[in-house]
Amino acid sequence: MTSDPVPFARPRPGTQPPYRYPDYQSTAKRAPKRAPIRLEHTLSEVTGPTFADRWAGPDATDLTTQHKGAPLGERIIVEGRVLDEDGRPVAGTLIELWQCNAAGRYHHPVDQHDAPLDPNFTGAGQMVSGADGGYRFLTIKPGAYPWRNTPNAWRPAHIHLGVFGPGFATRLVTQMYFPGDPLLAYDPIFQSTADAAARERLISRYDPDLSEAEWALGYRFDLVLRGRAATPADPG
Amino acid sequence: MADKLIPTPSQTVGPFFHLGMARPEWADLTALHPAGEKIQIEGRVIDGDGAAVPDAIIEVWQANAAGRYNHPEDRQEDKPIDPHFRGFGRVATDAEGRWRVVTIKPGPVPGRGNTLQAPHINVVLFARGLLIHLHTRIYFADEPANTTDPLLASIEDEAARRSLLARRAADADPALYQFDIVLQGEGETAFLDI
Repeated sequence: MTSDPVPFARPRPGTQPPYRYPDYQSTAKRAPKRAPIRLEHTLSEVTGPTFADRWAGPDATDLTTQHKGAPLGERIIVEGRVLDEDGRPVAGTLIELWQCNAAGRYHHPVDQHDAPLDPNFTGAGQMVSGADGGYRFLTIKPGAYPWRNTPNAWRPAHIHLGVFGPGFATRLVTQMYFPGDPLLAYDPIFQSTADAAARERLISRYDPDLSEAEWALGYRFDLVLRGRAATPADPG
Repeated sequence: MADKLIPTPSQTVGPFFHLGMARPEWADLTALHPAGEKIQIEGRVIDGDGAAVPDAIIEVWQANAAGRYNHPEDRQEDKPIDPHFRGFGRVATDAEGRWRVVTIKPGPVPGRGNTLQAPHINVVLFARGLLIHLHTRIYFADEPANTTDPLLASIEDEAARRSLLARRAADADPALYQFDIVLQGEGETAFLDI
């Protein structure tokens, strides 16, 4: 007989986006109509893929040296930690990153935005978090780009980040934004989370101590995952 | 509670997620030849108009053939860890909304309160238009243990319950199961609040 696993905490109201959000028109036909069935966490939810043994491939943290030349754009360092909501580091978990180039174009066949591709920029990276939950990428600042949600709509500059965490219940894919971006006020994807303090979590912080002189601007962005609903009992 | 950090909100993967997430080799969980019955699971992802969803990506997580997860929190010492089975896979839908994974049939795993859960595969689905991913499970329609599975037993709506059952197709080697995911409307898949 095994004891029941300690569940992960449920999100506080308004701190995660809903499925249906009319201002983001693509939710209209994709959001389920029925409420999801609440499932108390079992071993199936508290476990999940582990990556500390590097089976997912080598870290690829420098997006500026993946081709013959340097990509165009502002060179930036994106650094942060993967934490749980109790502030504990989440070590050894996979972080995946993708983004458009400095002109606002993705290296992707579906992206037909009339902006130049950069032959020196793909825009994808990955790494496994360190013992302190830390991660760091060197890339270029992505551009804003138009999308067809509404006439003359523009996505604020953002970097997509995915992370697994300790269990399947902690899986998170999000977007990192930049401080002071005027487009944030108009972006339904950013605005879809009702709680203002939760939205702030999506905006990176310019950190002069992270910037490197004559080289790159530093932005700090922590990824905060669900923690446990209760402190696990001491097995001793 | 006041000391707690607010977890980072989810944001949609958008239409260009292949750039960072496409790993075609992860659709086959059997590359290392794990123990157990090799199976294929295929299906389509369909939206509220019945149209194919060509920009969705599915991740699966499951126990090995003995019913043990390859994870430190699974301490079922009476069941073996299969060093050839990680239990995680990922597949993006194609232009027709189709996806297929190759894996092994998982064994039953413990539920809460000393119950036993029928063999199942845990699923998350990301797509453009989903601000936060969806959770569901794949069960096997021809599995006798389904009758005592706590989740299946808790679902009163027969159509919703049936939406979690992959149907075995006749004559395929390895065995082929079909599991469509309907995001919205008639035949809507039962999604889970994890």
